[in-house]
Amino acid sequence: MSQEELLALPPPPKTWHMYRALVGIGLLGGFLIVTVFEFTRPVIERNHAEALRQAIFQVLPAARSSSSFRLLETGGFESVNDAASDEALVYACYDEERRLVGFAVQAQGMGYQDTIRLLYGYSHAEDAITGIQVLESRETPGLGDKIETDADFLANFERLDVSLVGDLSGLANLIEYVKPGMKQDPWQIDGITGATISSTAVAGILRKSSAVWVPKIKQHLDDFMGAE
Amino acid sequence: MATNPALAESSSTDEFIKGLWRENPVFVQVLGMCPVLAVSNTARNALAMGLATLFVLVMSNAAISSLRNFIPKQVRIATFILIIATFVTVVDFAIQAISLDLHKALGAFIALIVVNCLILGRAEAFASKNPVGRSIMDGLGMGLGFTFGLFCLGAVREILGSGSLFGVQLFHDDFQIWVVMILPSGGFFTLAAWLLVFNAYSERKARRLAGGEEVAE
Repeated sequence: MSQEELLALPPPPKTWHMYRALVGIGLLGGFLIVTVFEFTRPVIERNHAEALRQAIFQVLPAARSSSSFRLLETGGFESVNDAASDEALVYACYDEERRLVGFAVQAQGMGYQDTIRLLYGYSHAEDAITGIQVLESRETPGLGDKIETDADFLANFERLDVSLVGDLSGLANLIEYVKPGMKQDPWQIDGITGATISSTAVAGILRKSSAVWVPKIKQHLDDFMGAE
Repeated sequence: MATNPALAESSSTDEFIKGLWRENPVFVQVLGMCPVLAVSNTARNALAMGLATLFVLVMSNAAISSLRNFIPKQVRIATFILIIATFVTVVDFAIQAISLDLHKALGAFIALIVVNCLILGRAEAFASKNPVGRSIMDGLGMGLGFTFGLFCLGAVREILGSGSLFGVQLFHDDFQIWVVMILPSGGFFTLAAWLLVFNAYSERKARRLAGGEEVAE
């Protein structure tokens, strides 16, 4: 490159101009993001609450209203109004006459792709799980996502036995996964052909969660009656 | 600023049309393949992804074009990404507010619009060198072209892979679905088939032009 060509190059930008562009645009971008976040937050929270409400009434069709409860360190439950979003909660469900009809419990575990988060209904009168709703999953479309759509699989949860031993200290039979079509006992879950991992994951999530929550709920049924 | 003579002659309508067809981002430029292959398993997801990208593309083109004299060349990439990331975050919140189901379906791919090379490509190649109006038209054309491309893939994959379109069952229950079409490999097959159609068409057109007018370039 000759001397003239070098001189003809545009002068380098002032340091101040580079700072101005990056910092200025960063500030504007930050301002825009926070504004939109604040603006949409109530709507998004409402959507989440509504999705949860819908799911509760799906897993416990008899329910007309629900209240959230938190597990106390002493073992009992207390009613909560403003729960932190990551808190483990149990939703007690009531019918029109505010009679306790059952519970909805959130549970989660690893699926094929990512965490599966689901809600299941538990009826203390029937000692059974009455339905599940997948709240969050990224299972393979067309295969793993059959856990949300496969009618035969979902029929497993219409009345899945979770009865307790005599002193209420634990489940009489843990929930079990069996190969498609092999279900014999009311606590077994028939898998889905082509979605083995995802359906096994759902069974595993339910087995773990029901073994923990069902005895605790049944031992402290009175705590939920108080909210009537 | 060097002006391309070809660009100087074209009107903003041309900027709009070129993205839709002649320089279609999916079928001609083959850009932004990550969402094209990943989120085109149903027509609805494809359309939603396309529209989200369209919004980000138009907004970032408009912003970058109006700030183009203010951004020194040395920091332009960082600034462009900052602008694009801002609009992607806005879209992310907007989709969550519109429909949680849709947000669930698009998953991580909304955030990944930031690194869609189509958007940074248009910022670098067009918006940073052209006035706001034309940049917006360019963004609209490219965004709609991208949406069209995604929809072409999504529709074929959903029809063959799930036997439905927009969730509406199309065939009798006896129809054996092609599961492979909704799996990742189905995305590649469908894209290849569409590219074949597009290339065959443009080749035929070029041959006809050359034969009919006897123009050799």
